[in-house]
Amino acid sequence: MISQLLLDIPFSIMATGALVGIAASLLGTFLVLMRSSMLTDAISHSIVFGIVIVWMLTGQASGPVQIIGAALTGVLTVLLIEMLARTRRVKNDAAIGLVFPALFSIGVLLLNLFARDVHIDTHTVLLGEIGFVWLDTIQIGGTEAPLALVSMSVITAVNLLFVTLLYKELKLMAFDEGLARALGFMPALLFYLLLTLTSATAVAAFDAVGAVLFVAFVIVPPSAAYLVTDRLWRMILYGSVIAVVASVAGYYLAVLWNVSIGGMMALCTGAFLLLALLFGPRYGLIAQESRRRRQHAGIDRRALVVHLFNHEGRAGEEEENRVAALTEHLHWRATKVERIVHEAEDAGLIRVEAEKLNLTERGRGLAREVLEPWHREEGGLPA
Amino acid sequence: MDGLIAFLSDYTIQNVMAGAALLGLSSGALGVFAVLRQQSLLGDALSHATLPGVALGFMVAGTRNLESITAGALLTGAAAALLVLVLTRRSRLKTDAALGAALSIFFALGVVLLTRIQQTGNASQAGLDSFLFGQAAAILRSDLWLMGGLTLLALLLLAAFWKEFKLVTFDASFAGSLGLPVVLLETSLTLLIALAIVIGLQLVGVVLMAAMIVAPAAAARQWSRRLEQMVVLSALIGAFGGVTGAVVSATGPNLATGPLIVLAITVVVLLSLLFAPRRGLLWAELERRTYQRSLLENRVLLSLSRVAQEHDDPGYAAEQGMLDAFHGRPTGASLGSLERRGLVNRVEHMPEEGAHWELTDSGRREASRVVTQLDGGNEEREAR
Repeated sequence: MISQLLLDIPFSIMATGALVGIAASLLGTFLVLMRSSMLTDAISHSIVFGIVIVWMLTGQASGPVQIIGAALTGVLTVLLIEMLARTRRVKNDAAIGLVFPALFSIGVLLLNLFARDVHIDTHTVLLGEIGFVWLDTIQIGGTEAPLALVSMSVITAVNLLFVTLLYKELKLMAFDEGLARALGFMPALLFYLLLTLTSATAVAAFDAVGAVLFVAFVIVPPSAAYLVTDRLWRMILYGSVIAVVASVAGYYLAVLWNVSIGGMMALCTGAFLLLALLFGPRYGLIAQESRRRRQHAGIDRRALVVHLFNHEGRAGEEEENRVAALTEHLHWRATKVERIVHEAEDAGLIRVEAEKLNLTERGRGLAREVLEPWHREEGGLPA
Repeated sequence: MDGLIAFLSDYTIQNVMAGAALLGLSSGALGVFAVLRQQSLLGDALSHATLPGVALGFMVAGTRNLESITAGALLTGAAAALLVLVLTRRSRLKTDAALGAALSIFFALGVVLLTRIQQTGNASQAGLDSFLFGQAAAILRSDLWLMGGLTLLALLLLAAFWKEFKLVTFDASFAGSLGLPVVLLETSLTLLIALAIVIGLQLVGVVLMAAMIVAPAAAARQWSRRLEQMVVLSALIGAFGGVTGAVVSATGPNLATGPLIVLAITVVVLLSLLFAPRRGLLWAELERRTYQRSLLENRVLLSLSRVAQEHDDPGYAAEQGMLDAFHGRPTGASLGSLERRGLVNRVEHMPEEGAHWELTDSGRREASRVVTQLDGGNEEREAR
């Protein structure tokens, strides 16, 4: 039953994509929070160099040796970037832009020259071939399972263990690195551990999604989650859920349109980012816009009641407190006047009699609150 | 020699060299602004984001037409820049996440579109893969006209708005206070960088074009601190690296052009980092050593003078071993140098006890000069 499921082609493809997404989101959450997302880009490109070197030395194109060897390349990349930035001859961003293209170039050239007959050609380097993960299988306890699925399961478990065991430390590092250092949690060591696991995950995911699409799996789901929630554990959870849904949706869309499966999965994570950007409950563009409008409307209503309150019971009230006077005295356009009067009436702040505007008790209260805010602190407004 | 002439008069080689020179000129000159504005990685995002444009341009034209491919690449590059802008300005995402997201999403879109084109089985799609890593051999004479025109356009615009771009790069808020349209100028700079990326796509490919923006400028920065010189130098370095890499790649099969060009320029960057006058790491190290050596010499000189004072004997001969022990390191080299400067003399005092040294007249004068200098420094410090 299980072995049948494991060898089911669509299932193995979707499960691999989902595991890449979960493993990547677990780590990506912290990379995004620490503003180091672009290190993922650097790592995922330069591990090509590591993969080729390890392959040339050992003849192994995948497996634990590859993962460890290439993971070291990832760490080496970050070390080189930091070394270069520390000379203060180039800025940090330029250092990233110098180091990884150089390593990547060497990797690609070596691939071109020496490894043309291996399955890791330059095309797979960039795109991966998640559609073929079911071809390589491995026997585990008498059950046959796709190799990529097994290695991604192991990596996901390791990442999950890492994040669970060091949750507090990682959280402290992400939000207050200075405090973490002062308390002796060695954030630098933890950060390098995080980058090592990122590199290892990149290598394990490499055959499936390649160098560039891996960046999408690491950065995009946590970024989308970041636009939706303020809680760290929710960010991890949402990121993983987004990755899983994007993998499943991406698979079916790719089959439907007959296009790259990995590309479509990555594109689906992008769709979630777009959704979060637009419809996020607090930080989404629409929420921001409606909050801005609400604030404007509130300000306008206050201006209206204060205007009416100032002239109430004084000479000229008949002229000032009417609809027609507002366009002139508050410099509002006629359509705006109509809208605000309407809203204020609905809110029970004013009563409109013919063209005359009268404050209600509630409206008067609001005006006093604006004009005499000290009464609020003294407890209650005078009648 | 005949071989070289034959090589240089080869039609393809000429095309490749001209194309690579154009690519290096434009990306070198405009990359300076990206690097100085600390937007090196925007180049990375933009170059990856041109992939869907390449595919779209191909789909619209139905063939590998460089004009439509270039237009498409420019379009999606600009769209990615816009996405980065919206994400950083209007959401809580920081620049790094915005860049990474734009880069990977647009690239994914490009991959999807490319596979879509492959499904249609269009025969001329074969050349599209060359946009990933660049392929020197794929360049045509007609492509050069387009590349040349775009390079000319980019450089003319740069020259026309030179003062404005310079001001925005170094002090955007001052530029704003002068009434310059800062946002417009920054947007134009970003678009010009996108243009430079698009010019090089065919030779370097979408993945590595980012390096062409960063590397020549980073190398040029080591040699000059004036923007004018830096832009010219960066353009020249870009062109040199471009031509070197492209020519090497044209000599053999299976040599992707992009990686070779990037490596050629990386070598220039390394050399610049090491050897550039004043800023070069090698010079800095030499300077540090010279300084340390003169520091130790002064200290040895003062020790000799103090020992002589303690013994009330201006010609007191101090034992070298004692000086070594006092300074915690061998002082032989320092003493040798002091001797060459005529400040100390080696004397034959108890030869079996090792070398002994005494101050000369000028050595005593130098020692008191150093002491006065040091005291002056101390007084100044106390006065503060």
